[in-house]
Amino acid sequence: MEKKNNYTISVYTENNVGLLHRLSAIFLKRHINIESFTTSECEIKDVFRFIIVVKMTKSGVEKVSKQIEKQVEVIRVFFHTDSETIFQESALFEERHIQNIIKESNARIVTVNPDYFVIEKTGFRDDTEKLYNDLEKYGLLQFTRSGRIAVSKEKMGISEILNTFKIQK
Amino acid sequence: MKNKKISGAEAVVHSLLNEGVDLIWGYPGGAIMPVYDEFYKFQDKLQHILARHEQGAIHAAQGYARSSGRVGVAIATSGPGATNLVTGIADAQIDSTPVVCITGQVSSHLLGSDAFQETDIIGISMPVTKWNYQITKASEIPEIFAKAFYIAKSGRPGPVLIDITKDAQFELFDFEYSKCKGIRSYNPLPTISNDSIDNASKLINNAKKPLIVWGQGVILGNAEKEFKDFVEKSGIPAAWTILGLSALPTSHDLNVGMVGMHGNYGPNILTNKCDLLIAVGMRFDDRVTGDPKTYASQAKIIHLDIDPAEINKNIIADVPVIGDCKDSLERITNKIEKKSHSKWISKFDDLMKIEFEKVIKSDLNPLKEGLTMGESIIAINEFTNGDAIIVTDVGQHQMVACRYANFVKSKSNITSGGLGTMGFALPAAMGAKMGALNREVVAVIGDGGYQMTIQELGTIFQLQIPVKIVILNNDFLGMVRQWQQLFFDKRYASTEMVNPDFVAIAKGYYLDSERVKDRKDLKPAVERMIKSKKPYVLEICVEKENNVFPMIPTGASVSDIRLN
Repeated sequence: MEKKNNYTISVYTENNVGLLHRLSAIFLKRHINIESFTTSECEIKDVFRFIIVVKMTKSGVEKVSKQIEKQVEVIRVFFHTDSETIFQESALFEERHIQNIIKESNARIVTVNPDYFVIEKTGFRDDTEKLYNDLEKYGLLQFTRSGRIAVSKEKMGISEILNTFKIQK
Repeated sequence: MKNKKISGAEAVVHSLLNEGVDLIWGYPGGAIMPVYDEFYKFQDKLQHILARHEQGAIHAAQGYARSSGRVGVAIATSGPGATNLVTGIADAQIDSTPVVCITGQVSSHLLGSDAFQETDIIGISMPVTKWNYQITKASEIPEIFAKAFYIAKSGRPGPVLIDITKDAQFELFDFEYSKCKGIRSYNPLPTISNDSIDNASKLINNAKKPLIVWGQGVILGNAEKEFKDFVEKSGIPAAWTILGLSALPTSHDLNVGMVGMHGNYGPNILTNKCDLLIAVGMRFDDRVTGDPKTYASQAKIIHLDIDPAEINKNIIADVPVIGDCKDSLERITNKIEKKSHSKWISKFDDLMKIEFEKVIKSDLNPLKEGLTMGESIIAINEFTNGDAIIVTDVGQHQMVACRYANFVKSKSNITSGGLGTMGFALPAAMGAKMGALNREVVAVIGDGGYQMTIQELGTIFQLQIPVKIVILNNDFLGMVRQWQQLFFDKRYASTEMVNPDFVAIAKGYYLDSERVKDRKDLKPAVERMIKSKKPYVLEICVEKENNVFPMIPTGASVSDIRLN
């Protein structure tokens, strides 16, 4: 059996209503669970970047990436292993009482209230996980974690791809 | 046309005319009425054919696209009208058929309110369309229609759906149309790498026992001539997938038959003996490969395809040749040596002799009293000179028709291959006839599938579309019954059908019709049908419990093909 790994799939797309549905359908059809999903406008105006984290085999992620790239409004797809990317996640913790642990955790206090306070921690999954485990004992009111944001170590060159299209026309 | 204020509905018609559309299949309803009003005004330029069900309209558009090579167009209203198109859209997606579907939608201010006949057809159709778009402003119409036709037809073709809200159909705007020439995020024609051509040519020149398997890519790429040149210069035996059928004439010396589950004995067995497999415009469907682990595992594989996502999807290619096969085939042909592989080809002949003795002989010249599907197809061959477009449904009759029908011209085999949609053939045949008026179109349909879209006899009657309809009636869902016999100890769960009087039904639609049960009546009846200039329904009552062989059981290796 081929080994499964974490892959960060970066999808550059046009700004399009409904494309999210089209992408998620590609994963749904193949019964693949998405570990994390983030989207935002990228360094080019009106070009969006989806960051999708999946646990898959290499051949599996290759096939899925080609299916994504096949969609009309997808400009380009890349996939990388964790060692090929620089990535972070952010987590928010809502608690009733300040704990000492927070001092060593490098977390940031977002708001303090008579009834609760909220801290924010950015880092790898392990970092937010550790803080979660530490704080859980004291009772967490709320917890939420963002999807992964990532940039690749290699160049992606989306502007060049778009420029080539302009020149050809 | 420039700067003339028109309604969105009229813009739909002008957009279609700009794309060269002169025929459209559909069914009206509330949310698409403004467009139908324009169809009324423009009926001298744009013919609309009223189907009897939206599924009939979309399958007709598919049949039209497949026989003509043009884009088929189907139109329906919102809600149930739109959802009734979905089976045909999924069929067009998996069989790469260029169709544009237009659906009406509730007014934009009602979107999301669960209004009357509102359904999220964009969401529903997204996984089965190449592209879709919801228009909420009339000004979007020209650009979206231009894109839709460009996307449906270019690269690997497929279905596109445009949903138009009712207010956008009424809205007035300045109409201006220009054709779509490219989309920056979409590259339909990948550049063929020189290396891939060199490497493929080298492998072909060195191969001792090469085999070509071709699919519909040859037809969709208009590459029939380039393909024939390649086959003839290389001297390599060539086998076809069900959708590739008719791209090379049946009688061609190097045509060695069909691969896959009910394909021919030789090409299936020898897939696992060849030293090089050259796949042209095909996608290694599981019905073709059987167990993919053992499929041609001894051979090097060259895979020509326009869709990069097909490369290494099911079978790993040693040399992928990504791009338009019209181009790549010609370039490879220029680089290869002229050869003949007579010793290797004689192996196909030997295996054909075995298949003939064990299967074909009794299919075509049965000793039993009951008629067979095989002899019915041979009778059609005889009176059409193998020059007809044969449209088949799904099941036993489909496999038999593909195995025994003769083809001279390309685009002559129209069937639901990938999706296996029962009910496809009757509407697809009327579409195919409208797409190729100068050709004979014969629909061959089982008694099960026929009853799934039988209402389209109404369309055929009203328009007097001269299709010839052959029902191969065994009073069973034959293929499912065959599987029940072979794999479920003959437990015939819900496969026997008590059928109506098909001749009476045809006559109820005022169509010429007759029934044959006896061998002596078969040929005269087929002759009368083919000679008729009108639509014609011929019911052939065939043996109830015949099976289709050869057969590769699901999941078995292609070389484990069974002859009985």
